[in-house]
Amino acid sequence: MITENHAPSRSQAVNYSVPNVNIFENKDGYVIQAEMPGVSKDGLEVTLEGNEITIIGRRNPQSKTEAEALLRETRRADYKRVFELDPAIDTSKISARIEQGLLTVTLPKSERVKPRRIEVSD
Amino acid sequence: MNMIRWQKPVLPEWPSWNRLNDLRTEIDRLFEAPFAELSRSSQWLSGWIPSLDLYEDKDQLTVQVELPGMKKDDISISLHDGSLSISGERRSDEKFEEADVYRAERYVGRFHRTIQLPSPVAADRVKAQYKDGILTITLPKTDEAKPKQINVQEG
Repeated sequence: MITENHAPSRSQAVNYSVPNVNIFENKDGYVIQAEMPGVSKDGLEVTLEGNEITIIGRRNPQSKTEAEALLRETRRADYKRVFELDPAIDTSKISARIEQGLLTVTLPKSERVKPRRIEVSD
Repeated sequence: MNMIRWQKPVLPEWPSWNRLNDLRTEIDRLFEAPFAELSRSSQWLSGWIPSLDLYEDKDQLTVQVELPGMKKDDISISLHDGSLSISGERRSDEKFEEADVYRAERYVGRFHRTIQLPSPVAADRVKAQYKDGILTITLPKTDEAKPKQINVQEG
């Protein structure tokens, strides 16, 4: 089970916005999807400390324009969210990629906890 | 971030007790009211409303819409009578259909946004780009809509 860890973000002075996430689990592991529109690969920071994973997405710098905003609904803040990982996850095999502002973190379970079929001997 | 907030439906006044027949209708209505409210205010049933920015400078209008994790071909844009419509559909991930779900905060389904443009644009020169989950539409103004410098002549 992956749970959210709020504690570190409260002590942060920087204002982040919280990305919407989906979290799935199947027999092979977990997948976290986080929505970070405006973030490319270079702005992405995924760090692991013990059992805690921190995902940070920094928005691409806006090109300077003299345009006037007539309507602005988007938030300019960078994204951050912290999760506590299931000890069953093999932290050496975690991988991440971002595609069209959607971060996908794949967290495989270690071999020893995966369900295995035991052959019955005669 | 788009949060779904539960909005308390406005409940009708309690009917007087001597109108039993009406009371029954009223009870039926009370049961229906929360669902009606839900379908009106909730994005779960009405689709999602992506965030949109609109900028203007002297030459063009720029619209930016946050649409993370979509496919280019699932987005459609149209311009009609000075209003710009952006619509599309995000499908749920088939590969996670069998998986256990711990969190499902991402919206799936259709969205549709229409904005009235503040000045006339040259429809044939409108461009759209989808990058890093942000759709950017640039709409050059028509020559008539651009600000013009008028020279003052001495007479």
